[in-house]
Amino acid sequence: MLHNLSIGELAAHLGGRQISSVEITRHFLARIERLNSALNAIITLTAADALAAAAAADHRLAAGERGPLLGIPLIHKDIFCTDGVRTSCGSRMLDNFIAPYDATVVARLKAAGAVMLGKANMDEFAMGSSNETSYYGPVKNPWDTAKVPGGSSGGSAAAMAARLAPYTTGTDTGGSIRQPAALTGVTGVKPTYGRVSRYGMVAFASSLDQAGVFARTAADAATVLRVMAGFDPLDSTSVDAPVPDYAALLSAPLKGLKIGLLREFFDGLESRNATLIHDALKIYTSLGASTVEVSLPHLPLSVPTYYVVAPAECSSNLSRFDGVRFGYRCDQPKDLADMYKRSRGEGFGPEVKRRIMTGTYVLSAGYFDAYYLKAQKVRRLITDDFRSAFQHVDLLIGPTTPTPAFDIGAKIDDPVTMYLNDIYTIGANLAGLPGLSLPCGFVDGLPMGLQLIGPHFSEGKLLNAAHQFQLVTDWHKHAPRGYE
Amino acid sequence: MADWEVVIGLEIHAQLATRSKIFSGASTAYGAPPNTQASLVDLAYPGVLPVLNAEAVRMAVKFGLAIGATIAPRSIFARKNYFYPDLPKGYQISQYEHPVVSRGSLAVMLDDGTVKTIGVTRAHLEEDAGKSLHEGLANASGIDLNRAGTPLLEIVSEPDMRSAKEAVAYMKKIHTLVRYLEICDGNMQEGSFRCDANVSVRPRGQEKFGTRAEIKNLNSFRFVEKAIQYEVARQTELIESGGKVVQETRLYDSDKDETRSMRSKEEANDYRYFPDPDLLPVEIDDGFIATVRQTLPELPDEKAARFARDLGLSVYDAGVLSASREMGAYFEAVVAGLGTAHAKLAANWVMGELSSALNRDNVEISASRVSPAALTGLLARIVDATISGKIAKDVFEVMWSEGKAADAIIEAQGLEQITDSGAIEGVIDAVIAANPKQLADYRAGKDKLFGFFVGQVMKATGGKANPARLNDLLKVKLGS
Repeated sequence: MLHNLSIGELAAHLGGRQISSVEITRHFLARIERLNSALNAIITLTAADALAAAAAADHRLAAGERGPLLGIPLIHKDIFCTDGVRTSCGSRMLDNFIAPYDATVVARLKAAGAVMLGKANMDEFAMGSSNETSYYGPVKNPWDTAKVPGGSSGGSAAAMAARLAPYTTGTDTGGSIRQPAALTGVTGVKPTYGRVSRYGMVAFASSLDQAGVFARTAADAATVLRVMAGFDPLDSTSVDAPVPDYAALLSAPLKGLKIGLLREFFDGLESRNATLIHDALKIYTSLGASTVEVSLPHLPLSVPTYYVVAPAECSSNLSRFDGVRFGYRCDQPKDLADMYKRSRGEGFGPEVKRRIMTGTYVLSAGYFDAYYLKAQKVRRLITDDFRSAFQHVDLLIGPTTPTPAFDIGAKIDDPVTMYLNDIYTIGANLAGLPGLSLPCGFVDGLPMGLQLIGPHFSEGKLLNAAHQFQLVTDWHKHAPRGYE
Repeated sequence: MADWEVVIGLEIHAQLATRSKIFSGASTAYGAPPNTQASLVDLAYPGVLPVLNAEAVRMAVKFGLAIGATIAPRSIFARKNYFYPDLPKGYQISQYEHPVVSRGSLAVMLDDGTVKTIGVTRAHLEEDAGKSLHEGLANASGIDLNRAGTPLLEIVSEPDMRSAKEAVAYMKKIHTLVRYLEICDGNMQEGSFRCDANVSVRPRGQEKFGTRAEIKNLNSFRFVEKAIQYEVARQTELIESGGKVVQETRLYDSDKDETRSMRSKEEANDYRYFPDPDLLPVEIDDGFIATVRQTLPELPDEKAARFARDLGLSVYDAGVLSASREMGAYFEAVVAGLGTAHAKLAANWVMGELSSALNRDNVEISASRVSPAALTGLLARIVDATISGKIAKDVFEVMWSEGKAADAIIEAQGLEQITDSGAIEGVIDAVIAANPKQLADYRAGKDKLFGFFVGQVMKATGGKANPARLNDLLKVKLGS
């Protein structure tokens, strides 16, 4: 079936003219029509635009043009601005917002001939770990629709797992690609901070946000990442360094690879989960890698550090949503203060408000040093911990999440428990490191993820290690029942 | 009553003369229809990011070098958070803890001719906000974001000034400097150059500063002077009548000539400054500084010193003639044509007739109707004694109004001086003969009447008698 083909296979069929982009696009649009209502993964469908883009891609193909993504459909997380298409960021605040421009990520993929099918549901302003904070309602996990898919890129992950597109985009501020990838059994890559442009990505926490990709396999992710990545003069924090041909690095043997086991990640890890990780390590050992235990003493401070830095930045980033120029404005404001208060009070959901208030507090006179400044210092210590570790090992391996997908509603009223879901993923964001989650087995019929973290700009090595694992395992080939 | 000492510090906002905005590619040109020069970045659309305009940094460094300041090898942009409709992001990007320029100073000449050094604490880069428009809209305010994102250099002085006049002298000096450096057009009507004044008073001899009030948005030298004078009087009267000055922000109302409270310290915003994560620290190395240093023009103080030293001008004249780059260039062009021996003559004319004509008709010296070459042509006729200085003033007026050359006017109107002794003697004889009483009085000791005879001869010659020759001849005739 078309929806089980890899990006490479689809490109080969398109290149051989055995199938057209319009046919592939129609196939996925039909799947979305049939399957999305049970999942709520996609909140904007752009069928007409998709078919037009597919026809244009077919034109290019007919003219002899070839490209790894030319004519292949995708779904964007609704955090990326898409010219002429609603960009809601999962919020009532932007429910009426039609972006007047394309994000750099969107523009690059568009130029490569990618066909956007629609836009994926997400936690409001990417704040959440379960996709329950969306104004458009929760996304359901295709493996069990009573469970969350993770968040904040829950729609992108669920759409990927349900084979609603060959690949989807996401963003990862504290784990928002890796955690839902793990909980839905797909491969997710969060690149090095600065590797992919943030221009046109609605900002949550600017020093942590990074765009990435969900795919069936590491090989597919390598193909997409190469197109997404690269310097952008419109983003001062994007890094001006050449983008490697990640696909060409996939086949390197792992012999001699030094893998670090993060002691802090295994402390208190549930035994069935730990068994899966140890099984994965055995596979790596059999592929010629060696393992050594390493410790990052400051890593347990990641969650509190993150929940100071990220809210601080978000409290400022979200100030522009004031009802003045775009987005939600309350009815009949009495005066300016009333317009601000009611537009923001009615436009934002509870989790966003919680973080704005937390962030405002930690930046306030008298509290700044004790919270924001201290968090920045700890962030430096965590970064230094990683740097020391990478003097001894090539990459770090551990679980992506402490548990498999949990029930919808189970944690939404308990923010601290919810925040602890990101305990294994946040460290890489604080240090700006690339991370990858790939399927490594099941617990109670629900997928679990193996997390790889590498030094800055080691995406090639992470994808290589994941690809080699996927050559000898088939966890990534499992599909949820009903979505095969 | 106590003797009060006034303490003033100024925060000057100079709009940098870059073509595009500090964080976007939109134009900074003044006067376009509302919101036609606001890009998505200026409008703070979701997802947009700022990109620093390198030209603004270069201009800030140029200013720093001109005041002998420290240029930070690493400066940081911070966000100043507050809500206002003309502030689209809900924060202003500014520099807070680590400004690009710090610890400079400026020598200012006061009215009594003494020179005082005013410290410049810091100068930092920031973006301007937009404008709220309240006219012509029923039950609503309009927002014009053309100005949003315009680069500003905020120049913060030490509290070194002790009178309104000192504050104005300092502000004028900064105004001169930024125009010399070509980093700001200095246009105060358009708001390109404006200031906030921090004013306090304390009993003379007391070390501790009094509580200050900050007067916002003063956009003319006259307003700065008047607002400070009003504020000083208000504060001293308040204290002398048993009251206390409260720390607050005040607005100057130029129609009523008074300052009014805007908000107190308690109502002040908590700006929640933190480093802007969208912008990298600005790294400036010695090579960049050296490159900028090479673009520095001769600065006003250097030019004034050279005028005094090389051309023998008084310190005052040298100061006036170097007050703008254009005036200095005009003056030097005239001196070049006339010869340095006549620099004083050139100075008197540039500062006198020329400046009053420019002021009267509100013309910039760069657009003067009498060019440096034309003025040189006129002054050359004074030097070679073709006409007197007095006649030259009449010729100048004709040059100014009709745009003709001096020689053409002198010839057409027959204004050439009478230098022929015989001709002058003839007129003197006639005048003496016609005024026997005055002659007798003069010879009896009324020396003052000498001037009367000069006047009569001048009148009879239509002012054309060579004054020096006339003096010599008249002395002889009256004495005999």
